[in-house]
Order: sequence, then structure tokens, then C-alpha cells
Amino acid sequence: MRFYEYESKALFRRHKMPLGQGELASSAEEAKAAAAAIDGPVVMKSQVLSGGRMKAGAVKFADTPDEAAGLFAPIMAAEVSGQTGRSVLVEEKSPVAQEYFLSVTWDGRAKQPVVLFSDMGGIDIEEVAETHPEHLSRTHFSSILPISPRIAKEAVSAVGVSGSDLNRLTPIVFELMKIFLEYDLTLAEINPLAKLEDGRFIVLDGHVDMEAEARGRHKALLAELGVQEEETRQARPPTEFEIQGRQVNEADHRGVAGNVVEFDGNLGLVIGAGGGSLTLFDAVRKHGGKPANYCEIGGNPSVNKACELTKLILAKPGVEKIAVMMNVVSNTRVDIVARGVVKGCIESGKDPKDVIAIFRIPGAWEEEGFKILEKHGVEYCDRSVSMYEAAGRAVAKMG
Amino acid sequence: MPGMFIDVRVDAAAAKDTELAKKLAEVCPVDIFEAGDAGVSIVEKNLDECTLCDLCLEAAPGKVQVIKLYE
Repeated sequence: MRFYEYESKALFRRHKMPLGQGELASSAEEAKAAAAAIDGPVVMKSQVLSGGRMKAGAVKFADTPDEAAGLFAPIMAAEVSGQTGRSVLVEEKSPVAQEYFLSVTWDGRAKQPVVLFSDMGGIDIEEVAETHPEHLSRTHFSSILPISPRIAKEAVSAVGVSGSDLNRLTPIVFELMKIFLEYDLTLAEINPLAKLEDGRFIVLDGHVDMEAEARGRHKALLAELGVQEEETRQARPPTEFEIQGRQVNEADHRGVAGNVVEFDGNLGLVIGAGGGSLTLFDAVRKHGGKPANYCEIGGNPSVNKACELTKLILAKPGVEKIAVMMNVVSNTRVDIVARGVVKGCIESGKDPKDVIAIFRIPGAWEEEGFKILEKHGVEYCDRSVSMYEAAGRAVAKMG
Repeated sequence: MPGMFIDVRVDAAAAKDTELAKKLAEVCPVDIFEAGDAGVSIVEKNLDECTLCDLCLEAAPGKVQVIKLYE
């Protein structure tokens, strides 16, 4: 779940990170008052859960309180990735000497958090990684063992920063590492982290994502920030398809058939099991397939739940076939899922053998499951066929 | 609507036994049996949820049949 910039900064402020003076404004009058309190040039930023604000005209500068008041409405109206502002953050405009990039995120391959640091901040970090790789450091650290400022120092010095700048940046980087771990974040980013003309460093823009499953552990923080329980805080609002997917999952307590995410492809996916969803989704893409959705099934969903999920996916415009694939299952029963998806096809008015491109769920009760699939003429495979190969077979059937 | 994959039949005489009806309703993890004043009835919408656990067969030996329609 994403935090707005003002919330990210409130979190940073808790940890005494260096921040400029600023106020949140919900009206032109409040924007004027905030600018007057700063008593100097200000930057005004729309509060949206998306990047690209500058290009969208959602960030503007004002030299006077009256100018700030006049800019409030156009900033709020500026559309950024389909979103308009919740409010406007009015901050002092700082005299910047140099911009840095600092981020702590999770490296899925290394299975560790990683500090990304660059002395070329303020611009797209992917571009820096591609064109100036020597200006971007990647420093991993343990999420289990105690961390020390030495790791932060390594991250900064790796791009050639030394002297007093190194000494001033190290505690900021170290604090962000601690914030990342303490609040179960998936991303803690400061871009730009600015060096001011007087040599001080200051957080100009911040972005924080919290692991959605960790919300329960941080109720006090979320309440302090004013985040309501019903706010999903995803990068975009859920689509009707995704809302229906959530309803399918919530309608029956047995097992999981959830986390449905809509894509625009033609191959519907009924996938899951121990990271299998991500692996299979990637495998489909690697084979050139176009997924119509992402989802996660597991925990032994009921026949009804698997059936309703199948019907939802088959009803999605553009879906030609579905691929039913999981890792080897133990607590989910193959025959129960087989019944569900076959039933879902039939209740959708489709022949299972025509619309199920592949059924690859090996594991508990597979003999019973395979009997069901054989009766309905559905192509299936056992664990001797890898998930990657099964995904390839499904994609090959899409023509 | 009858099951697409599973059918469950209770012996006609046993089906009127209210005590047996309660027992069947109690043991079935997916609520296929419903106990009433007239004995036991089958909840058709739950038939396909049958987990083949055999608890009903053990509760009423020889009086209940669980039929796999896909065999």
C-alpha cells in the first residue's frame, strides 16, 4: 500500500530525517496561509499516489502567497496517471546544489533488502542504471541480522562520495534502512535527496510503500497518519473485474482464490501455490503469452470458489482460453480444483476441453483430479512437466 | 441442481431415521446432509463439494452411497 508524499514525510519526521518547512493545504486559502508562513518562494505539489507529477503539471512554484493561492486549483485539477490530487503540499523552495537518489527496496533474487544510491538524483533511476551504471550503487543487507551504519557508508562511498558529504549522508541512508525494516516496507525512496548550497542535506521528495499484509502490525502508525481501513492504496483504483474477484474470494471462507489483477491479454490464468502464481505468470510472458489476469489460488479452495473464479475469468472480454496451473500442491486438492474449473467452464456455456488450454496441478488427490479431466477431455500433465513447460504448452495453443 | 461430479444416496428406510439424520448432518464437513423432522434430506448444491472423506459411510454403514459420476 502506498503512502502519499506528506504521509511518507510524516514517517520520516518521526525518525528525525532532515525535512524542509511545509504544510498540507486543502484549499486556496490554506495554500496562501502556508506560503505566508514560509515567507519565501514555495513549491506546491499535488498529493497523488503516482509519479510523473512534474510532467503532468501537478508540481508548480510560487513566489508569493497570492500566487500560491491562485495555483491551488490548477494543481488539484491536474491529472496524473488518471488521478487528481487529494490535497497540495506547500513547501519551502530550497536552494539545491546537487541532487541524489536514495532507495531501499526488496531484491527478490537476492532475497534481501537492497540500498540503491546514486549521486545523479532527480531523474529516472532506470535511465541512470542504463547510461551511467558507475553512478548507482546496490548494497544488500540482512533483514534478520543487526544492521550497522557501515552498510550505509558503503552504499554512499561506492559512487565516489567522500569527506563531509559522506559523513552527512551516511546517517540519512542508515535511518532509511531502519525505517524500511521497522515498518515492513517494500519501498522507501527519497528522490531527490538534495544537498543545499549551504552544505546541508534535505529530503525533497519521498515515497513509501508498505507491505499490505503488514497493515495489522502498524495500526497505530496508520491511525496517526489518518489512513482509513477501507483505503487499499494501490497504484490505481481496482477495476470492476478485480472487485468481482475480491467478492469471489470473500464469499467463501474456504481456501484462497484472490489477488485478482486485470491485464489485457487473451489467456486467463487460474494459478497459484507457493509462489507459483508469480513464476507461472512470468513463464507465460516469457513464452510470448498475453495474460488476461493474475490471481492466486491455494489453501484448498472449495469447488464453488474455483468455479466462480473460472466463470469470472471466462466472462472477461477477450479471454479465449484459460490455463490452470499450480506448483505441486499438498494442502490444496487437485480433484477439488479440477471439479471447480470444469464446472465453471460448463456453467459458462463452454466445453472444458476447448477452453482449458492446460491443466497442470500435480499433488494431493491428483489421481481423482485426472479422472475428472479425462472424462471431460481436458489436456493435463503431472509433475514430470515443469511449470515453465506447461506455460509454454498453454501459450502454444493460443495460435 | 444435482451434482455434476458426486451423487449421494441414502437408503430409503434409513433416510426416515431422525437420529441417523442428525448423525449424518453432524459428520459431513461440507453440509451435504440436512436433518429434519422427516429424517435426512440431501442438499444438492453442496454435492460437488464432497471431499470423499467417507465419514458418512462410517456413520451409516451400508446405508449411504457416495457415487463418483466421473468414473
